[in-house]
Amino acid sequence: MSRYAAPGSDGAVMKYKSRYDHWIGGTYVAPKQGGYFENPTPVTGASFTEIARGTAEDVERAIDAAHDAAPGWARTPAAERAAVLNRIAQRMEDHLEELAVAESWENGKPVREALAADIPLAIDHFRYFAGAIRAQEGSLSEIDEDTVAYHFHEPLGVVAQIIPWNFPILMAVWKLAPALAAGNAVVIKPAEQTPASVHFFMSLVADLLPPGVVNIVNGFGAEAGKPLASSPRVAKVAFTGETTTGRLIMQYASENLKPVTLELGGKSPNIFFDDVSTADDDFYDKAMEGFTMFALNQGEVCTCPSRALIQQGHYRDFLDAGVARTEKIVQGHPLDTETMVGAQASNDQMEKILSYLDIGKQEGAKALTGGTRAELGGELEGGYYVRPTILEGSNSMRVFQEEIFGPVVAVTGFSDFDDAMATANDTLYGLGAGVWSRDGNTAYRAGRAIQAGRVWTNCYHAYPAHAAFGGYKQSGIGRENHRMMLDHYQQTKNLLVSYSPKKLGFF
Amino acid sequence: MSSADQAEGERTAAPVPERVGFTEEAATMIRRLTQQHGPLMFHQSGGCCDGSSPMCYQLGELRTGDSDVLLGRLAVDGVDEPVPFWMSASQFAYWSHTHLTVDVVPGRGSGFSLEAPEGVRFLIRSRLMEEDGG
Repeated sequence: MSRYAAPGSDGAVMKYKSRYDHWIGGTYVAPKQGGYFENPTPVTGASFTEIARGTAEDVERAIDAAHDAAPGWARTPAAERAAVLNRIAQRMEDHLEELAVAESWENGKPVREALAADIPLAIDHFRYFAGAIRAQEGSLSEIDEDTVAYHFHEPLGVVAQIIPWNFPILMAVWKLAPALAAGNAVVIKPAEQTPASVHFFMSLVADLLPPGVVNIVNGFGAEAGKPLASSPRVAKVAFTGETTTGRLIMQYASENLKPVTLELGGKSPNIFFDDVSTADDDFYDKAMEGFTMFALNQGEVCTCPSRALIQQGHYRDFLDAGVARTEKIVQGHPLDTETMVGAQASNDQMEKILSYLDIGKQEGAKALTGGTRAELGGELEGGYYVRPTILEGSNSMRVFQEEIFGPVVAVTGFSDFDDAMATANDTLYGLGAGVWSRDGNTAYRAGRAIQAGRVWTNCYHAYPAHAAFGGYKQSGIGRENHRMMLDHYQQTKNLLVSYSPKKLGFF
Repeated sequence: MSSADQAEGERTAAPVPERVGFTEEAATMIRRLTQQHGPLMFHQSGGCCDGSSPMCYQLGELRTGDSDVLLGRLAVDGVDEPVPFWMSASQFAYWSHTHLTVDVVPGRGSGFSLEAPEGVRFLIRSRLMEEDGG
């Protein structure tokens, strides 16, 4: 086992600045009202930098800078914009370890996940959209011999993006890459729990972007998020978060008649049919890993497979094996390369998870493993750690219905296909789902019957740029990833052109 | 008149048994936020990230409507107007068997909730409703 040194300490691969101002128009800009807030690492609970506490004046300044930059960026040929995105990707690849350590320290996630998933996926995302924008073409329709409808893709202009804290860099890149590829200028508001790692990312790539094309305003939702989301000067708002804020953002957008895309989470079912256990082979091992995926990123994933539905024929054996697999999870210092589960991102997040373990117990759910805060001692004493937890109960319990956003899976059984689909769909949400079966017909029919935007079939928690991601039901509006994401950041311009010299004859 | 006021007047509010309470620490924060922002409202969130957290706004900031249920009004000493606590009706269908207590913990919640700059986050603690309500 090896451990990366904490940012800024001896031997560290990266260090944070002691303070981050806003990044506006290609330079750091101090907050107009002069306020800053402390940014603690969830690894130890200690603060490691301070962050500008933005207000409406700062947001206005960032939107000004974006408007100054937007026309030039929109006119930049697609090939050049793609080249910029590819250069950003390369710069990130050259600094992969620094970015991974930065994200791990700020968010609490195990560095091995950041090294193997978050940052490589972010890099690939820039490359994917660099390719997608090169390949994108408008269209033309020949209306008649002398009349042609041309369809052009045009950028929206200045867009606002509000980023969650669970994947501070990857989620920013999911929104940035398509917006920039499509020719928009951006104002980003990172989450107040994880405001610094995006700045570290920006410090690596700032010289590659024209000033003002990407602007970062930090601060609290009520003080900086609201003026951004409600501004009539942004053409679109993209938000990842929860439902009440999603509604509020739609409400502001309706006042300005602007579009939104929303990703609001889920309560994803992970369904294991009996035939999974017909052999103790690689596939079974993969399915068992798929069950344990609820602990990935400490469960702080919108698509956390937080409901496991196991068919009755193999229920007990499969669940026992799942408990054993879960108990092998190594929890510890996020910067240890062997650590599989690190710290929850904030104290209030940990408190919320513990409150769910409490109501789960009251409702009669049985904790088969975990069920408490993890007291890891030493320098981790002040950090926010929760033991990976398996709760057994029924689908009507609160722990089966709300996104706990912790390393907690709620398990129940099902009798047959129809029972599985009824339970899977008995939820307000529809973001992700998992289906595990050796029978292709069963897996296909289940995938089509589940009301969710993505159904992982014999896999889970893969996030390739080329696969559309987004929610059914209350999980949101619109998609991220995939070339179709460009549509969310572009207008359609139709030129309807007549090449005939002849009048219509009406007047 | 705010949209919340309008909505409350037009619809039947939930329920005789008390469904939502608050801790003394939460009351202190509600008093402080009322002094800063005026009358307040809560709306219980769901879903990703800070879902499951109660969001605290200036009264009427979030437009409530027929898709919401008013769970109760928090009568806090020193606060003139009781603070309405709302939840979407679809979420209430899954939560109705539990009593909620608004608490507050140190933290850095996101969303547009008013308490975040104070370095705290409102949090819901739950217990099963008693047979006879409350």
